[in-house]
Amino acid sequence: MLYSEKVMDHFQHPRNVGTIEDADGVGEVGNAKCGDIMKIYLKIKDGVIEDCKFNTFGCGSAIATSSMATEMIKGQKVEDALQLSNKAVVEALDGLPAHKIHCSVLAEEAVKAAVKDYYDKNGIAYDPTLFTSCDGDCEHCG
Amino acid sequence: MKIYADNAATTKMSRTAIDAMLPYMETIYGNPSSLHAIGQEAAEALLSARESVAKNLGCLPTEITFTSGGSEADNQAIRSAAAIGARKGKKHIISTAFEHHAVLHTLKRLEKEGFEVTLLDVHQDGIVLPQELAATIREDTCLVTIMYANNEIGTIQPIAELGKICKEKGVLFHTDAVQAVGHLPINVKEENIDMLSLSAHKFHGPKGVGVLYARKGIPLTNIIDGGAQERGKRAGTENLPAIMGMTAALDEAVKNIDENAKKIIPLRDRLIDGLSTIPHSCLNGDRTKRLPGNVNMCFEGIEGESLLLLLDAKGICASSGSACTSGSLDPSHVLLAIGLPHEVAHGSLRLTINEETTQEEIDYIIQSVREVVEYLRSISPVWHDLQEGKRQYVIQ
Repeated sequence: MLYSEKVMDHFQHPRNVGTIEDADGVGEVGNAKCGDIMKIYLKIKDGVIEDCKFNTFGCGSAIATSSMATEMIKGQKVEDALQLSNKAVVEALDGLPAHKIHCSVLAEEAVKAAVKDYYDKNGIAYDPTLFTSCDGDCEHCG
Repeated sequence: MKIYADNAATTKMSRTAIDAMLPYMETIYGNPSSLHAIGQEAAEALLSARESVAKNLGCLPTEITFTSGGSEADNQAIRSAAAIGARKGKKHIISTAFEHHAVLHTLKRLEKEGFEVTLLDVHQDGIVLPQELAATIREDTCLVTIMYANNEIGTIQPIAELGKICKEKGVLFHTDAVQAVGHLPINVKEENIDMLSLSAHKFHGPKGVGVLYARKGIPLTNIIDGGAQERGKRAGTENLPAIMGMTAALDEAVKNIDENAKKIIPLRDRLIDGLSTIPHSCLNGDRTKRLPGNVNMCFEGIEGESLLLLLDAKGICASSGSACTSGSLDPSHVLLAIGLPHEVAHGSLRLTINEETTQEEIDYIIQSVREVVEYLRSISPVWHDLQEGKRQYVIQ
């Protein structure tokens, strides 16, 4: 089996699928050329992620990592969500095949991009070095 | 329900092939090179297998070399032609951009050894134009290698025409016929084919065995050195059980080509028609000049691996040319060669059916693909962008 049971569960029954109309932060990473795009929507109240949703174009692990990442940040403080690492997502999914690790990187970046959008929209100061995103020209995209 | 629609990847072995193999494991297990009775019985079987395969390809038994499969046959054919060319100072090879990697990677290696390779365009329909081949052949061209039918999109090349051009220009012509043998009528002499590769497991034979046909007078270069098996051109004790299984499978497949095609083509067309009703989908490769069992479609706004996994959960075994299924980062070189942009090529689905596929199965596949595509589109940001006009449809 290519994927763990947990990956298959999150892929076949993804949590938090959808969009949020009046989202406080939206982040989109990846590109169609690479075959993966993740878009994460955040609803934030008093510095806490009250709700989050995602849409993903991509393979099974891209969908599973989006689902897991949204589960992990829901109910968290925004600063804590920024600490979410791709490694933690991979561990929570009981591992990913080596060539699918980049999907988890995308999930981490999508969360960060959504938080950055929230900061930008609300004029909250932040350290720009915290945010690096896929420009379609990284080692994964070639 | 389990529906196997990945026959281009491999096929289920036929009862005929299995039954043909068993005696050569249980009783006639001798080494064909041995002089004793059990060995000689094996040698006789090997000879009869060679005669049968030759008859089915329209060539002489001495023109048949048994190999470990299609890849080895491709390697040996190309290496042999390159060696012949090099001796005459001819180091130009013509092929196409959508060959199997067994061909393309062998050519890549030859490029490093100083050969020049020209890849012909396969156009949007996935078919080579004979006049373009004629215009590309040079004084120093030593080989033209063009596949008989493509493994992903199933398009059938005008092999007899290409063979005729090569013959007129005095250039060796090899065809990787792995997907075609047993599915399309082939006669190497009538089609002016100098060398041909085939693999048993694509027509209900066993895995790990194939054939290189090379016209009499073409000196082969060894890929495997050692004993004197296969006229000294392919060392190693012959895999007789596999060869017997292949021979029986080939005989059965060739006998049933017309009957099978009559059964499969209407089902293939029903599948194409059904899947084409999904909006923003397209058939890859020419509609009629394609293998009887091949359907290859792209669905815009989704990715192929997730499509495959969800179809698998519904009991449908299929394949895709998306990057995620190949383990590499690029989608299939075949789909790129027919001009599809990356983002569309990621959303491809290959269904390859056979003579055992039923109409009920076809209808179940159509229904399942429709449901899965709709679901994946509903969660795809690309699809939402397309619908909202933020992104332009590639497939209308």
